[in-house]
Amino acid sequence: MMLQDKDRIFTNLYGHQDWRLKAAMKRGDWDGTKDILAKGREWIIEEMKASGLRGRGGAGFPTGLKWSFMPKQSDGRPSYLVVNADEGEPGTCKDRDLMRHDPHKLIEGCLIAGFAMNAVAAYIYIRGEFVREAEVLDAAIEEARAKGFLGKNACGSGYDFDVFVHRGAGAYICGEETALIESLEGKKGQPRLKPPFPANVGVWGCPTTVNNVESIAVAPTILRRGASWFSGLGRPNNTGTKVFCISGHVNKPCNVEEEMGIPLKELIEKHAGGVRGGWDNLLAIIPGGSSVPLLPKSICDTVLMDFDSLREVQSGLGTAAVIVMDKSTDVVKAIARLSAFYKHESCGQCTPCREGTGWMWRVMERLVKGEAEKSEIDMLLDVSKQIEGHTICALGDAAAWPIQGLMRHFRGEVEARIDAYHAKAAAE
Amino acid sequence: MPKLTIDGQEVEVAPGTTVLQACEEVGVEIPRFCYHERLSIAGNCRMCLVDMERSPKPIASCAMPVGEGMVIHTNTERVKKAREGVMEFLLINHPLDCPICDQGGECDLQDQAMAFGRSGNRYHENKRAVEDKYMGPLVETAMTRCIHCQRCVRFTEEVGGVEDMGALWRGEHTEITTYLDKVIESELSGNVIDLCPVGALTSKPYSFTARSWELKKTESVDVMDAVGSNIRVDARGNAVMRILPRLHEDVNEEWISDTTRFAYDGLKLRRLDTPYVKKGKSLEEAAWGDAFAAIKKKLKDVKGSEIAAVIGDLADMESMVALKDLLGGLGSKRIECRQDGTALEAGVRASYIMNTGIAGIEEADFLLLVGTNPRFEAPLVNARIRKATRKNGLKVANIGSAEDLTYKVDEFGDDATLLKKVLGGRHELSKALKAAAKPMIIVGQGALRRADGAQVLKAAHDIAEKYCVKEGWNGFNVLHTAAARVGGLDLGLTAKGGIEAIKADAEAGKLKVVFLLGADEFDTSALKDTFVVYLGTHGDEGVKNADVILPGAAYTEKSGTYVNTEGRVQRTAKAVFAPGDAREDWTILRALADVLEVKLGYNNLGELRARLVKLAPLAATLDTLVPAEWADFGAEGDVAEGGFGPAIGNFYLTNPVLRASKIMAECVEIREGNAEEATGTHG
Repeated sequence: MMLQDKDRIFTNLYGHQDWRLKAAMKRGDWDGTKDILAKGREWIIEEMKASGLRGRGGAGFPTGLKWSFMPKQSDGRPSYLVVNADEGEPGTCKDRDLMRHDPHKLIEGCLIAGFAMNAVAAYIYIRGEFVREAEVLDAAIEEARAKGFLGKNACGSGYDFDVFVHRGAGAYICGEETALIESLEGKKGQPRLKPPFPANVGVWGCPTTVNNVESIAVAPTILRRGASWFSGLGRPNNTGTKVFCISGHVNKPCNVEEEMGIPLKELIEKHAGGVRGGWDNLLAIIPGGSSVPLLPKSICDTVLMDFDSLREVQSGLGTAAVIVMDKSTDVVKAIARLSAFYKHESCGQCTPCREGTGWMWRVMERLVKGEAEKSEIDMLLDVSKQIEGHTICALGDAAAWPIQGLMRHFRGEVEARIDAYHAKAAAE
Repeated sequence: MPKLTIDGQEVEVAPGTTVLQACEEVGVEIPRFCYHERLSIAGNCRMCLVDMERSPKPIASCAMPVGEGMVIHTNTERVKKAREGVMEFLLINHPLDCPICDQGGECDLQDQAMAFGRSGNRYHENKRAVEDKYMGPLVETAMTRCIHCQRCVRFTEEVGGVEDMGALWRGEHTEITTYLDKVIESELSGNVIDLCPVGALTSKPYSFTARSWELKKTESVDVMDAVGSNIRVDARGNAVMRILPRLHEDVNEEWISDTTRFAYDGLKLRRLDTPYVKKGKSLEEAAWGDAFAAIKKKLKDVKGSEIAAVIGDLADMESMVALKDLLGGLGSKRIECRQDGTALEAGVRASYIMNTGIAGIEEADFLLLVGTNPRFEAPLVNARIRKATRKNGLKVANIGSAEDLTYKVDEFGDDATLLKKVLGGRHELSKALKAAAKPMIIVGQGALRRADGAQVLKAAHDIAEKYCVKEGWNGFNVLHTAAARVGGLDLGLTAKGGIEAIKADAEAGKLKVVFLLGADEFDTSALKDTFVVYLGTHGDEGVKNADVILPGAAYTEKSGTYVNTEGRVQRTAKAVFAPGDAREDWTILRALADVLEVKLGYNNLGELRARLVKLAPLAATLDTLVPAEWADFGAEGDVAEGGFGPAIGNFYLTNPVLRASKIMAECVEIREGNAEEATGTHG
């Protein structure tokens, strides 16, 4: 089972063709957009619901359902669509390529999604480091405006809509939707308390939906080809195609669009040239970006790549950033590095994350050397549980999970290291 | 009204209530650090987590609005663990230097660690240290203790209206700071000390001088301005160690201004602690008997018409009554409480009080300021106006000089003739006043001190009558700056011609003896050939030309009745004894009356207060606002062109206590030093 070329959405994922409007239109973008809009809001939202598309930013919330939360009738406040292009999850690099090589998919998606939620404009909040991508987006938006696809009477639909690019400053936390909103407003990027949810009080206090780049970019194709086409791919509740980012110890790291539910092993062997030194040289895989718990080889042998399958093995699909680690990896050190990342990126607003991420990192650094007591493993897990679920946003959870995953599958390795350290200390 | 269940108890609360507030209503205590009912919700400390049925995670109760049918548990194992967890996180990087921390004994972190934390320490890494910040002469910092609740940041921004504080950096490197090591340029900055739940922000003047549990606490009232903020005076032995706010929803809520909080060192400096009598050219220490004898000797051949008295801004009503009666016994009725020359007259009470009350500002929808800068004249009135602008969308317009009042003000220029135009009905302001449901006008002393003050008052009266006085709403307000003023007017202590006539008559030799009851706010050089008896607390303006000095008691040293700018009668309490030979003012006057063979008719405070109530019946209505009857006041006539002067000089130096205070002197130096820096001429 491998995704057939005819079912690919991102036909210029590798940039073999031009990204500009002319080439994009040849690929089918902006085709019949007016007709889609003419079918009306209800139809678009129902179709999106029927497609079973789940948010591609990590949490996997049904996209159509999310759109339906937006007010049908304005109370005087305008509504906004915000596209989260602050792709910062370590291991993830799909949105970057989508924007670089296929910007018109995203822009057309903005118009359709924005229309569906009665938004007056879309703001694409793009990670600050993505300089070229921002330039491409700006140019593509300009093309679309010049062609009448955006602006007043967009695509001849009678609907006024515009898209703006806003560049972030490179903080991981600004990928959290409410922190992104704060940052977009010009404030320090710190997550807001929920409720109220953005669909009620979002950017500048107005109803807002924040969607991932990929979720928006796939929408036009879904609507053109029909919900049943999309939902026919993948597995129930985990439908459609997904761009996977495969990195680490594989022979050919790559981004690849594949069907949801593809076996992890097949994904790596078919598209990434297999694990360095062969599948048996595999140690562990982080299947969905740095936030999700890693999986040991035994699970990787059989697990399917979708939301529910990965959840069953106590991990997650996240952003589908597959980080492969072969047996040369110091897995404790790898997770300690992630702990350092979360410590560094914690916004500092709420107590458990601010204080806990630093604590966990310090313990992890000692565990790398084995300079600890075995009892500290359980203490570390307890601390991670004290953070998990107690914070304003999910960064606390994201910091806790990798460590929990490590201890779940590699506790023996950690304990061996402690023993070795103590043995060495005793010998000296 | 949503109904919810909290720990098995059903409760019905108003919509919009938070879970934490609902818990409080049924008596379930929720620990918290960042939540403060008068500040916006931050939800960042995570101490208030509770369990909500059907929620996979515990919720922050401070931020969660109640919903119909919610089921809340605050006593589950999960909640207990969550609290212990947050407590542990807060403590791992807290220095635990309680023995040397000024917050010790009144620290939320200490208390809640005892109540909700677990014992023992699992954190064996190095602790974080944070460099202390400079925040001016009032607020001391120990930033390693900070738990980042951001109450101070929210207070300065939301209540203080200045954006001088904020959080820099992120994660565990987050630091609360005033950015460039500058002072908090707010007149309310000291309140961050009370708000800080730990010892990160403490009082600089108080630092390391006392422990909270060794202080004797006395509930009293402030006299630094005419707001009458409710305070608690903390004393050890006979020294006032600090002053804290006391809750009064209608007056100061739970804030006090920096002058109120930090004036207390002025109570110990430059104090008059013994009587003085002028011998030749110099004042010499004297016994009480000698001082009284000197006065008696002088009065022997002085007629009643040659005697006058001036009441100072900090005088209590009891002393005023005693002085009035003493003067009466000597045959004089010339006693003046308006040393700044304001055009207000006794008689119509509605003409000289804040008829809406301070809390009434929150009901108003339009406010016109006339010749007043409430930010400095009454910082708590200003805070209330700012609150109303934020909460209720109160619109504020100003006739007077444009100043930064910390909220948006529509400026109409500094010209008194505008009042007549507003009265004409065509002016933009007339329309705004007319359109408002509850318009109010605040007239400052700056407007009433002009030569045509009485005409300005009349114009303000007419505007109020036309637009602001309605059924159940009197929007005419006078903002006072002197704590004693309304009390003086209530007692009718005004003399024809006011202070200017007294000065002129003294210079012309028509006045032979002048009593000053702590009167330090006017130029006494006019009295240099007059026999001046000064009864007061500090060696200030009033003693310059004094012939006899009688040392009196300050507001912390006596029980005195004061009426604030709203007309609210309140009483100070005696927290400490007056220094040295100084005595409570009325007892001095009572003793002097004996020497002068004047019968006052009272021998104790109770009898004196009975006499006070006879003269000013409202003085019996403690802490209540009695609506004043609307009538005509002011004087017909033209209002001259030109602006209004400031009502007060420097905010930090408005009375003898403040002028004696070193802390206030430092504040002046720093606030003015900053201005100097801003011009670019600073070294």
